[in-house]
Amino acid sequence: MKIAVCVKAVPDAATGRRLDPATKHLDRSADLTLSDFDSHAVEEALKLKEAAGDGEVVIVSMGPEKAMDALRKALAMGADRAVLVSDEALAGSDLVGTAKALAGALGREEADLVLFGQQSADGDGACLWAAVAEHLRRPTISQAAELTVEDGSVTGKRQTEFGYDTIRAPLPAVVAVSDAINEPRYPSLKGIMGAKRKPQETLSAADVGGAADAATTVLALNPPPARGDSRRVEDDGHGAQAILEFLAEKRLV
Amino acid sequence: MAKILVFLEHHGMELQKGALGVLSKAAQLGGDIAGVVVGKGARAVADEAGKFGASVVFAADDPRLAAPLPQPRVDVLAKLVRDEGFETVLFAQSVLAADVAGALSARLEAGLNWDLVDIVADGDGFIGKRPALADSVYADVCWTSTPRLALFRSGSFDANATGGSAEVRGLEVELEDFSTLTELVSQEEEEESTGPSIEDADVIVAGGRGLGDPEKFALVEDLARALGGAVGATRAVVDAGWYPYASQVGQTGKSVSPKLYVAVGISGAIQHKVGMQSSNVIVSINKDPNAPIFEYSDLGVVGDLHEIVPKLTELVRSRKGS
Repeated sequence: MKIAVCVKAVPDAATGRRLDPATKHLDRSADLTLSDFDSHAVEEALKLKEAAGDGEVVIVSMGPEKAMDALRKALAMGADRAVLVSDEALAGSDLVGTAKALAGALGREEADLVLFGQQSADGDGACLWAAVAEHLRRPTISQAAELTVEDGSVTGKRQTEFGYDTIRAPLPAVVAVSDAINEPRYPSLKGIMGAKRKPQETLSAADVGGAADAATTVLALNPPPARGDSRRVEDDGHGAQAILEFLAEKRLV
Repeated sequence: MAKILVFLEHHGMELQKGALGVLSKAAQLGGDIAGVVVGKGARAVADEAGKFGASVVFAADDPRLAAPLPQPRVDVLAKLVRDEGFETVLFAQSVLAADVAGALSARLEAGLNWDLVDIVADGDGFIGKRPALADSVYADVCWTSTPRLALFRSGSFDANATGGSAEVRGLEVELEDFSTLTELVSQEEEEESTGPSIEDADVIVAGGRGLGDPEKFALVEDLARALGGAVGATRAVVDAGWYPYASQVGQTGKSVSPKLYVAVGISGAIQHKVGMQSSNVIVSINKDPNAPIFEYSDLGVVGDLHEIVPKLTELVRSRKGS
């Protein structure tokens, strides 16, 4: 079975994420790291491959050239090769452009299963898989917290606002997994050493049949609205009374 | 005038409050406001939307649309948007709505701005307000073409019934071959909880590790019941198995903005803050005076939650009873 895992290389949360005031886009000039959410998708792909006994796990991403450093973590975990769509011509793409470019790269792979993480770690988006599945014209399941593949179909169980849904789709399919699905493995030293020698391919915009495409833009960045006065009281036995009075003042009780 | 379509998600025989909130907001923006309801019982629930500002509600009621799956809904919405020339389509955040909006963006090559907490008119178009980077920045975002798609954070708008009635129009359903491949195998309803879900609640009382042990969630539940609210939980306690994932508020759970958020024994780590700091009023109770939650609380009480919460529950009950 061939599994493609779409991942994003994101600025490290620890070293700070910021928006570039000039472009109003995320500043991706610092080191990039594999999104934590996507490491769950990588882990699930590796588990499925191990259970099947054979197959291939391909990491697919779009980003600046140095994003390949972050993809190498997925290779160190055990993925077989990495494909990075990287082209200045694609800079500034939003969901519309990114979905097309990724679908173009995935179209070359013809994987049985395409996996995504549950959301982007930096842009908070949680719908890219749906857009990619649309371009590929494949069935899709999102937020899967359990996944099984058998007899040419994939079954996912997920939690929604109302309960638990179990959803089945025939392969090839596109599935986004929740971070509750597994605990991603740590790359072994051997894995880290071996990752450098695994195939790493960079694709241009032309390779994936795309150009920068965006139908949204950021106009301005503002500080968050002020919360107003913050009151603090020490509980001296009247803490509950103080809360009630506050709620009454705000007409909340 | 703007032609706006609102995706009205329903469950059972009820339109979802979040979607009605977005509809109410659309009605304030003015113009022709239409809603679309897709799935089993769509026709029966459609006219309810008239009270919240829709002048027309399109209903697609077809057995192939019974399961709450996104792809057949994309077919219905794409055709409707093209046939009727809608320029703007608004969604309230949900597992289903996010998938529908994402796929519709690809189908129509339409820009999608997500996680919006507000939208304002700007000439012929709109500007969306989007908190970013753990809500440390509020971006003004817009669309460079039509149709424009917007997905709003849970609880961004109140559902205001202002009266009025809607004309209900049935839709013919034509589905793509790949849209019907996914099937719902089974659906387990969450056992009927004692109150509203956290997406729907005006009040959320949330508990964290400071409760000490899972049984103490009863304190949180009692207060939530007294306030007519829902129970939320932090990632730490959900991971520890104290409370179900459906209640998780924060970066990997749900983002909520109720009128009142009461944080009980929650330190307020950034991952939690992201999910609740857009609440109108935040009250927190924590014994650690240095807990970060106090920095973004309207009222912070430093003290023992095991003392304060039961007392507060009693006070709220007696006030409501009087």
